[in-house]
Amino acid sequence: MSILAWTYIMVGLTFSLYIFIAWISRVRDTKGFYVAGGGVPPLANGMATAADWMSAASFISMAGLISFLGYAGSIYLMGWTGGYVLLALLLAPYLRKFGKYTVPDFVGDRYYSDTARFVALVCAIFVSLTYVCGQMRGVGIVFSRFLEVPVNTGVLIGMAIVFFYAGLGGMKGITWTQVAQYTVLITAYLIPAVFISMKIAGTPIPQIGLGSTVQTGQYTGQYLLDVLDKLNTDLGFTAYTQPGAKSMLDVFCITFALMVGTAGLPHVIIRFYTVPSVRAARLSAGYALLFIAILYTTAPAVAAFARYNMIDTINDKPYAEAPSWFKNWEKTGLIAWVDKNNDGIIQYRAGKPFIGKPKFVPGKTGPLGQKIVANKLTSSPNELYVDRDIMVLANPEIANLPNWVIALVAAGGLAAALSTASGLLLVIASSISHDLYYRMINRKATEKQRLLVGRIMIGIAVCIAGYFGINPPGFVAQVVAFAFGLAASSFFPIIVLGIFSARTNREGAICGMLAGIIFTAAYIIYFKFMGGTKDQWLLGISPEGIGTIGMIINFVVTWVVSSMTKEPPKEIQELVSSIRTPRGAGAAVDH
Amino acid sequence: MSKDLKEYWKKNVTFMSFLLVIWAVVSYGCGILFVKPLNAIKIGGFPLGFWFAQQGAIYVFVCLIFVYYAYMQKLDREYDVHE
Repeated sequence: MSILAWTYIMVGLTFSLYIFIAWISRVRDTKGFYVAGGGVPPLANGMATAADWMSAASFISMAGLISFLGYAGSIYLMGWTGGYVLLALLLAPYLRKFGKYTVPDFVGDRYYSDTARFVALVCAIFVSLTYVCGQMRGVGIVFSRFLEVPVNTGVLIGMAIVFFYAGLGGMKGITWTQVAQYTVLITAYLIPAVFISMKIAGTPIPQIGLGSTVQTGQYTGQYLLDVLDKLNTDLGFTAYTQPGAKSMLDVFCITFALMVGTAGLPHVIIRFYTVPSVRAARLSAGYALLFIAILYTTAPAVAAFARYNMIDTINDKPYAEAPSWFKNWEKTGLIAWVDKNNDGIIQYRAGKPFIGKPKFVPGKTGPLGQKIVANKLTSSPNELYVDRDIMVLANPEIANLPNWVIALVAAGGLAAALSTASGLLLVIASSISHDLYYRMINRKATEKQRLLVGRIMIGIAVCIAGYFGINPPGFVAQVVAFAFGLAASSFFPIIVLGIFSARTNREGAICGMLAGIIFTAAYIIYFKFMGGTKDQWLLGISPEGIGTIGMIINFVVTWVVSSMTKEPPKEIQELVSSIRTPRGAGAAVDH
Repeated sequence: MSKDLKEYWKKNVTFMSFLLVIWAVVSYGCGILFVKPLNAIKIGGFPLGFWFAQQGAIYVFVCLIFVYYAYMQKLDREYDVHE
């Protein structure tokens, strides 16, 4: 059976499953809609959190990124997992004991202020919205490559599916579909990884294969990582396992901003409101990271295998003999080759082959049938452009795996994108319908009205996300730095201080949040959109890492302002001491 | 807060800080700061610093959360604040 037929079967089956789950877990009350009724078992919440967290970027892009960056890619591996330790130790149990519905809920109640609630609300929506646009785009790309439908049609199908199960089931529907989506995505990630590990390293466990010897070809018997170090150095790259030129301080700051940002992302935090107890919150954070770690420790192995495979199969080989996957991806414009020295052989070296993303001259092909690139060429001897995003998607083809495996990867990519999108959409919907509409505008709203507003908001949020998925603004890649930087510099410090320092008051929290956000946003905007240059960086810290400094500013300002103004009211201090002990954590309560 | 609860909280914060030190050592220490010297040591096919950055730190993170869970289970019971 062809890849296309298999893909239709896999995607059809998994989508039917999601719809079926959504139908049986549809809800009628706001508690079910916002926090799944508060009765999700820790193991299920761990799986749902893992699916919620691992997006199209984790599934599709991360291994590709590491493949090209080598050791330097570790910032993503550590940054996107280390945050869960902070979450489990500093936030999750206490927020669960507090037991409301959203992050702005905690901020607004703990700091007895609607201003604080509003600032938190705006941040939550902004962070989630920037994130969700990328997910919709991911859905579109998977559809267009594997089901041969236009990207836009793919985005529309994705929108319809998400709207159906998020609108119908709210958090409850999302939770149980995420459990299913985790199963699909992890299977889809592991099967090709195991196959390739067997092929290259002769062991079914990719984490061990990464440190094993190569089984076939000219490097037989040498350690894979040694071979990669050698290949990279020969072709002019930094050795695979060694740190590059990036300053140590910058690497520190980026990793820290990613960790703290992860712990401060609202769609991850709210998952811990859905479990029945504080004990369950602590435990499910462990399960969540365990399930995430299965993918995150496989990814560097996939990255190394892909790097080896790619260099081994195409570098210094004649274009005429290039494998079929090479030409398939060339058609999509994600691979491009310019024969700079007219020898008909693909030379892959360090450096960019030409300026920018490939733009092809329509309808014209070169003497060997290759597409002709219209971009301005560079002086680098490199002739090959490979988009980093294709490494995971193309890997099964590169390794000649059976068609059903390739189809499974497509279904897995969709599961990763859809599960994250739905979690984010719920944050947007609950922020507006609960925090803004119910808490700040209409305190008398009935259960039914609030549920309706929640569903309408999901609808609107899906449409906005879909619009940006179809017409991606040029700055999507840039805004991801924004999402983490803002989450790190806004929520994290004031939630931590709100729990660990009873003295922190309203004035401190508002000033701290504003100082953190304004500093971080201004820095990112200046360097990403207003043409700031590298030599102007503060202490050599890149915009990706500046959230760390924003976070420190937030901590300091909150602390200083709090100690200069009057202490919080007695009932707030009692609230703080009550969230420090687990007993009495009822189900998440309405208020 | 009663004396008992203060003690409970202090024990919690102390243990948590201890775990966070380990968290920082494996990631920022072994994975970033000392990656070059550690890479000189090889365990099988893995340069050690590289292994910490792409594998080891993540395994340790997972363990830290489960250890904290187990410790707090015990502490909650000891101070009679469990659910």
